[in-house]
Amino acid sequence: MSEPMIRLDKLTKRYPGHDGAAVDAIDLAMPKGEIVILVGPSGCGKTTTLEMINRLIEPTSGRIFLEGEDVTHVDPDQLRRRMGYVIQQIGLFPHQTIAQNIATVPRMLGWDAKRTNARVDELLHMVGLDPSRYRDRYPKEMSGGQRQRVGVARAMAADPPVMLMDEPFGATDPITRERLQNEFLRIQEDIGKTIVFVTHDIDEAIKMGDRIAILDVGSRVAQYDTPEAILSHPASAFVEQFLGAGILLKRLNLSRVEDVEVATGEWPTIDRGSTGEQARAQLRKSGRSHLLLLDDQRRPARWIGAADLERSDAGTGDLSGLGTEVQACVDLRATLNGALQEMLLNANGVAVVVDREGAYAGTLDLDTIIAAIRRMRAASPDGDVPLDPA
Amino acid sequence: MTALALDLDEAVVGRRQRTLLRRARFVGVPLAVALACLAMYLYVQSQDLDNIERRIITFANIRRAAGEQIEIALWATALTLVIAVPLGIALTRPWARRIAPIVIAVANIGQGIPAIGLLFFVYIQLVRSGSTATVLGMAIYAILPVLRGTMVGLQQVDRGVVKAARGMGMGKGEVLVRVEMPLAVPILLTGVRTALVLTVATAVLAAFIGGGTFGSLIISGQAQGRPLAVAVGSLGAASLAILADWVGGIVEDLLRPKGL
Ligand SMILES: Nc1ncnc2c1ncn2[C@@H]1O[C@H](COP(=O)(O)OP(=O)(O)OP(=O)(O)O)[C@@H](O)[C@H]1O
Ligand SMILES: [Mg+2]
Repeated sequence: MSEPMIRLDKLTKRYPGHDGAAVDAIDLAMPKGEIVILVGPSGCGKTTTLEMINRLIEPTSGRIFLEGEDVTHVDPDQLRRRMGYVIQQIGLFPHQTIAQNIATVPRMLGWDAKRTNARVDELLHMVGLDPSRYRDRYPKEMSGGQRQRVGVARAMAADPPVMLMDEPFGATDPITRERLQNEFLRIQEDIGKTIVFVTHDIDEAIKMGDRIAILDVGSRVAQYDTPEAILSHPASAFVEQFLGAGILLKRLNLSRVEDVEVATGEWPTIDRGSTGEQARAQLRKSGRSHLLLLDDQRRPARWIGAADLERSDAGTGDLSGLGTEVQACVDLRATLNGALQEMLLNANGVAVVVDREGAYAGTLDLDTIIAAIRRMRAASPDGDVPLDPA
Repeated sequence: MTALALDLDEAVVGRRQRTLLRRARFVGVPLAVALACLAMYLYVQSQDLDNIERRIITFANIRRAAGEQIEIALWATALTLVIAVPLGIALTRPWARRIAPIVIAVANIGQGIPAIGLLFFVYIQLVRSGSTATVLGMAIYAILPVLRGTMVGLQQVDRGVVKAARGMGMGKGEVLVRVEMPLAVPILLTGVRTALVLTVATAVLAAFIGGGTFGSLIISGQAQGRPLAVAVGSLGAASLAILADWVGGIVEDLLRPKGL
């Protein structure tokens, strides 16, 4: 493996007057350009670990390497300007405008006004806030979700290679949180930073992480691996317990529709211009109960059954008035979990799959998902959880 | 969305009411003081003043008394600020956590001493100049509100905001100047305003040790049995205190950071 972006070497924190270490000799290497999640129960030492990386908390012993350079003893203020930091409480400066808040680090680095302003606008765009509308507002004039976006923008202002984020989406409702997560993943696709992300929510960890470190008390690493590997091979009973119920459903979150076999010939299709006679012939030939009507852009429009065709004045009428509208429609990039939900909501238990442009790509049924689950189970030691070697 | 809009509306209404109130105070207070002084002037004019009264109640005396009282109050307030604000900052630093309660206790005792006693003590033991002694005594007296305002102002600053500032690489001094102090200003200024009013109002005591002020009108009036002189002196002192509070309020409004 190439030089990791951040490497922790036996990093330890003991608070005076407390037995045991809050962080006990953690070793962890965080590869460049990846999102590394620190997840674990409350009080296990996640924040302490994170804040030792930018030395807001000075380690008792051990060392921190940034791109191979030992930064355990360098000037902390200089070090922090190389790492964006989003704290859980967001911590926007209430007496400064949004633009001033975002410009904090650029100002300290001595950027000129023109460059700073351009950067502020660019960042506001990036996090989905219209600069002309929001740059001169004060934090109290923003909603919680908007403030959270500003917090992220502020941490990214000077384009630091590393971002530390402590439950950055913690204080928002589930819907906003989901949206912020998706937006952040999209941004990360472009910027490819090394991100250390703290959460206590295992679902968020699985969704956001390229790699997850599951921490036990004292920041002891119970398992450090990709979400897939952790879900299929939990290293200990503690990890199993932390992953909680519904591991299989969680794993369906990791597989995408494009990863499984999408059936293309399963259901007959017909173009919009066709006549009822053609439709009937098509349906008869396939031996199925319904066929799928596609519109001019080949987007799935309606399910049409044999009975619908009988009832209509066949041969003349427009097909687009027949049957029922297609409800369960999933993107190739959707998770299997999402597809499963669509299927369960849909009467005939079939999800229609579309490509990026929305054009028909095939269908997905319950059997395919069950087969995918079976493969996952086969890949992991079924029900047999290895005990902690210690 | 509607809930948010409603909230904002309410905030706007609240702000508008506060602005109206502020405008009313801005003209109302000096107007009331001016009317009271005018009434007193007309009343004094309508009276037949005897020799002694004519000697005490003169424009020159009143002007000098007002000047002395304002000067003492300003010096005392300035001295208070120079001592109490840095002290308050120092006592809220992490290393001072142990000694802070002790200093607060001492400051509490300082304010507990009767002001007149404090003045005589300073006058007799330390300086033999009436107005200097008054400035010193008033400053000791007014330290507590400013010290408390500074400390409470700094302590109520959201820890998350400070942590965010440190986390972005601001040094401790920069965090203090750019983040903590601006956010402490509203509460700090309330303390300063209290100190200002306190010093203006109690500066009359300077008269007991030869420091002038409206107190001298009150004392001579009292000594010579001329209640009219006492009334003029009292009205002068009260007017100054009210105007000091008025100025303090305006300064607070001007210096309060936007966005709070
Ligand atoms: N300043 C401190 N002094 C003493 N003990 C502390 C201090 N800060 C944290 N601790 C202790 O260290 C341990 C780890 O704390 P930390 O804040 O890192 O936990 P965490 O994993 O971030 O928890 P949470 O999910 O609740 O935020 C806890 O037991 C906590 O009580
Ligand atoms: Mg924490």
